[in-house]
Formats: sequence, C-alpha cells, structure tokens
Amino acid sequence: MPKVKGRVTFQENLCKGCGLCVSVCPMKIISLNKEKINEKGYHPATVKEMNKCIGCSNCATMCPDVVITVERLTE
Amino acid sequence: MAVVFEKTRGLTDVQTHYCPGCTHGIVHRLVAESLEELGVLDDTIGVAPVGCSVLAYKYFNCDMHEAAHGRAPAVATGIKRVHPDKFVFTYQGDGDLASIGTAEIVHAAHRGEKISTIFINNAIYGMTGGQMAPTTLVGQKATTAPYGRDEAHAGRPIRMAEMLATIHGAKFVERVAVNTPANVRKAKKAIKRCFETQINGEGFGIVEVLSTCPTNWGYTPEEALKWLEENMIPYYPLGNFRTPEEVE
Amino acid sequence: MAKVLMKGNEAIGAAAIEAGCKYFFGYPITPQSELPEYMAREMPKINGVFLQAESEIAAINMVYGAAGAGARVMTSSSSPGISLKQEGISYIAGAELPCLIVNIMRGGPGLGSIQPSQTDYFQATRGGGNGDYRLVVLAPANVQELVDLIIEGFDIADQYRNPVMILGDGMIGQMMEPVEFKKPKKRELPEKDWATTGTKGKRKPNIINSLYLAAEELEEHNKRLQEKYKAIKENEVKVESYNIEDADIVVAAYGTTSRIAKTAISQLEKEGYKVGLIRPISLWPFPYEEFNKISDKCKGVLTIEMNTGQMVDDVKIAVNGRFPVYFYGRTGGMVPTPNEIAEKVKESMEVKSNGCSI
Repeated sequence: MPKVKGRVTFQENLCKGCGLCVSVCPMKIISLNKEKINEKGYHPATVKEMNKCIGCSNCATMCPDVVITVERLTE
Repeated sequence: MAVVFEKTRGLTDVQTHYCPGCTHGIVHRLVAESLEELGVLDDTIGVAPVGCSVLAYKYFNCDMHEAAHGRAPAVATGIKRVHPDKFVFTYQGDGDLASIGTAEIVHAAHRGEKISTIFINNAIYGMTGGQMAPTTLVGQKATTAPYGRDEAHAGRPIRMAEMLATIHGAKFVERVAVNTPANVRKAKKAIKRCFETQINGEGFGIVEVLSTCPTNWGYTPEEALKWLEENMIPYYPLGNFRTPEEVE
Repeated sequence: MAKVLMKGNEAIGAAAIEAGCKYFFGYPITPQSELPEYMAREMPKINGVFLQAESEIAAINMVYGAAGAGARVMTSSSSPGISLKQEGISYIAGAELPCLIVNIMRGGPGLGSIQPSQTDYFQATRGGGNGDYRLVVLAPANVQELVDLIIEGFDIADQYRNPVMILGDGMIGQMMEPVEFKKPKKRELPEKDWATTGTKGKRKPNIINSLYLAAEELEEHNKRLQEKYKAIKENEVKVESYNIEDADIVVAAYGTTSRIAKTAISQLEKEGYKVGLIRPISLWPFPYEEFNKISDKCKGVLTIEMNTGQMVDDVKIAVNGRFPVYFYGRTGGMVPTPNEIAEKVKESMEVKSNGCSI
C-alpha cells in the first residue's frame, strides 16, 4: 500500500468549535486551537502534525459546517 | 495533492444558524451532495417547513419554499403536480412530520407522490427550546416532560419508518443515523437511493435520519453522538424497510 | 356566444378552466361539492390536475405550493372548511402568491347547517388568519356574475400577486342560471419570474417565503403589502348602485340577499316609496365612497344580510354618522322574503329622527 499522505485545510471562520472532527480523527491529530478565537468566538479546529494526516476524510464527513477540505497524495 | 473532499455546489455560502455540533449540518451536506451528484440540483425545488431547519431555504442552492408546520408534503405535492419533471424534496423535523404533519406525510405516501422526504428524528423540538416530541424516548427529559416521558401519560414514541413502510405508495423507506463517519456514509447512500426512487418515477421515498440535538439534550456534541448510539438506535433500529425492487 | 344553463358550482369550474386554471386542490363539503366533482371530470380532459387532498388544510397548502411554482391554481370549500384553510391563506398572502379561493357559505357557527348564509363576511374581509393581510373578496349575486368574477379574479390575483376570494352563498352555488364565458378586460399581468421552476443553473434560487426574523425586514415587508392594498383599494372597487341620489331610504345588501331586496324595492316603488340600493360586489376593497353619493334628504340606510350583522359595520363606517344605520338579518339558512324586507324598509323610515338604529 503506497504511503498515503493527506492534508486538511480548515476555513477557520466557519468553525463553531464543536469538536466532532477531533473525536473521529483516527490519527488523533486534530485539536481546537486554544490560542485563537475566530470571528464567531470559537476556538477553531486545527492540525499541528499535518504529516500524520492520511486523508481519510472522517473529519470532513462529521463536520456539520463544511469547514474542512481534504486532499490526498498517493505516490 | 488531489482534492478528495470539498464543499458541494448544492449548498449556498450562507453560514448556518445551527448550534455547534448539531448534525442537521451534516444531513444538509449529504442532501446537497446527492442533488449535485445525481445531476438534478438545477431542477430541484425544496420545501422547508417550520422547525430548526426552516432556514434551510437559505442553505440549499436551489429554488425553495418555506412551508407551514407539518404541511411540507402538501406543498411539495402542489409543486410536483405543477412541475412533474422537476425534483422535489421536503426536509422536515420530527415535531413537523411525526406530530402536526402526520396526515400530510401519510397521504403523500399513500398517493405515491413522486417526492422525496428527509425526516430528521432528534427526539425533541429543537427550535422552540426542547419540548417533548412524538419521538422523545420513554424516560427522556424535555421541557414539557420534566420528569421524563411517561408512557402512561404520553404513550410510546412513534416509529415513522416502520409505519410508512406499510404504505404501498412508499417505494423507498430507510432509517439511518449520522452519529459516526461510517453511518454518515451509509446515510448518504440511502439518501441517493431515495432520490433515485423519485428520479425513476417509482413513487414516494423517505429517509428517517437519527440526528442529535446537543443543546436541548444537554450534552456536548460528542456526548450527544454517544447518547444517540446507546438510546435512540436500540429503539429506532437502522435499516431499509422498503426498496422499489422488493415491491411486486 | 351561446348561453348555457349551468349550476353555480359547476359554472365556477367551467369559468376557472376558461381562465386558464389548470390545478384544483379540494375536499368534499356541502354545499360546494359539485365543483370538485366537476373538476374531477374536466381537468383530465385539458391535461390539468384535479387532486382531492386529505383535508382542507392540505388542499390550501397544495395551492400554496402550486401557486409558488407559478401555476394558475384554485381551491374551494364552504365555511368550516374555509376556517381550516386560514393559516394557509395567511401564508399565501404573506408570500405574495396569486390564487383563487371559493367559499360557498353555509350556516354557522360550528357545524352549522348546509343551508345558505353570509356569515363569513368578517372572516373573509377582516382576515381569518394571522397578520395584517387582505384578500380581494368578490361577492356575486347571480351565476353569470359568479362566472365573470371567477375569470377576472385570476387576473386580479396575478396582477397584484395576492389571493382572491369569491364569496358566494349556498344558493349561488346550487342554483342554475344561463351563463356565457366572456373575456375579462385587458390587464398588464407581470411575468412570474419569482416562481420556483428550477434555477437551471442560470439564476439565483427563487425563495417562496413569509418568514422574516429581522423586525426591520418584516416591517419593510408589511409596508410593501400595505402599498399593494392601497393600490387595490384605488383600482379594484366594484359596486352596483340604484337610485341613491333621490332615495328617501337606501338598502345595503350583497349577493343573493341583494336580489331579494331588489324585488322588495320594486314593490315599494309601486306604493310610491323612493328606495335606493347599494350592492357592494367587492367586499374588500369595500365601496366606502359610494355611500357619499346618497342624497342628504335620505332618512337612513338599512343593511340586510343573512347573518346577525357583519357588513353593517362597514356601512356604518361608510355612512360615518350622516344617517342612522338600521340592520335586519336572518340566519340559520332562513332566507328573508321580499315582503319581510319591504316591511323592514317601511319600519326604518317611520323611526323618529333620533334614529335608534341597532
């Protein structure tokens, strides 16, 4: 199985900090960014170790506000 | 890098008013993606009756009708009879469909109305602040069932999918849930097959979607997913109750 | 064009089809069921749709859907059935959609009776639903006028994007009279570019809606509605008057009651009395100004209705204290006779000047 590399981008101003993405990421790399407040007043979701993302889209699947775009690189 | 997941054209850019973690947002996305992928988005007319999802008329990127509480299937009937070649769907909550609008949904199904219904069952009245719904579980608390639903007082919650599955005109009836990524993916399949029932002109189709209401259930969004799994799914079993192929 | 003898209820169906109505959603209720029956027979012949709904509530909401989709559409019912439709009618008015609603009135309140009545005047003209909305309410006095008002009613609805109600009573619906179907006067009817027909990817979505959560928006919306109603008041008043410049007393009556009043008036004229008549045809917009044409020597206005007094309130508003206003009504399906009315006219004239009207 080629090493699947993925990347997720968050439209931070749309995020309501609900944490559903955090709860379903198999790699446990999503967290709510405590150092930031978006224009709605929530801590937006973010990923620090993007290299561990496998592009499975679980997060985007569970996001009620279509905040997340998922890309996948297959070598 | 190839984009594997991005926002569908079926949703407008209006940010939804739904509470954080409310799974209405997920189901909106599934409906919008299905409309786009089935190539009917530009021929779609949706009906959004009173309830949390009344404002869906701002969120779906197609012609929309706002409807009175419970009357969406009748409004959709009027639209479909005028535009039999268009795709017509209703997006209704449990207070809307399973309470005040029971006659309308039952008769739309009986007529085999060629419309599709997305029925959000979150066991509560959301917009008005957490009152008991016909789908509120026995023992579940609500602002109008402060001691928990009492079967002796208000009867058992109503199972709409099973009820509608007894109706000949209802050619597609399935209950799904959106509490896990796997269930969300299954829910999308069911929604697409339900929509195909209308596109193929076979008759009425409905998908009952078990959905969360973190705010009025009094749970965090994540806890609400678990509560749904442990309490709603046992009482409201998931699965297909009717598909066009089965029908003689 | 040759006249054809038709029952009122069926003439409504024929007129609606003549006016290009292709969608009828209804429900059985005496005394109007012949109309849905007629539509069930005729709509299929013209590729139109007749659908019997599960209730009057469902029927009016089907009309709401079809009207929003851009169709010429109608429904009909009778008094208690019309009560069930009130929320739907308020939505249709709030969303500014054209449609036709026929009410063939029966005795009330409650289940009432199946005999004729005029007991829904307030409901029709003051609005039985919620909110500051108005229906154009047209009241025919015979089957030919019923047909004319149905045909013109669809144009008025489209011109102003507003529901129009045809208010008849059991007799108008049940009696047979010769009718012909004439073209209505030419009107500039706007395009229905607001209708939900599917964007085809070529335009922004059309949204049929009456919900405005922001107070400023709803106030703006109400202002627009009021401007429309003002235009309707200025352009759509319909009234028939007889001998009101020279009358000693004027009778005010509409629909079937006005025909009986006419017989009474001709009787009285033979006895030398000078009696006038004002017959509102549009109950909303009400012909208030017509009452200003009554001569000063007139002794009073006698309103006659098949109810306990509803239009009499509008007559009082119109007369505005110039004359005493008297009322005589029969209810329950009892229909006043010409002699009764003639007696009441005489009584009203003998009342001394203090004019203790009602």
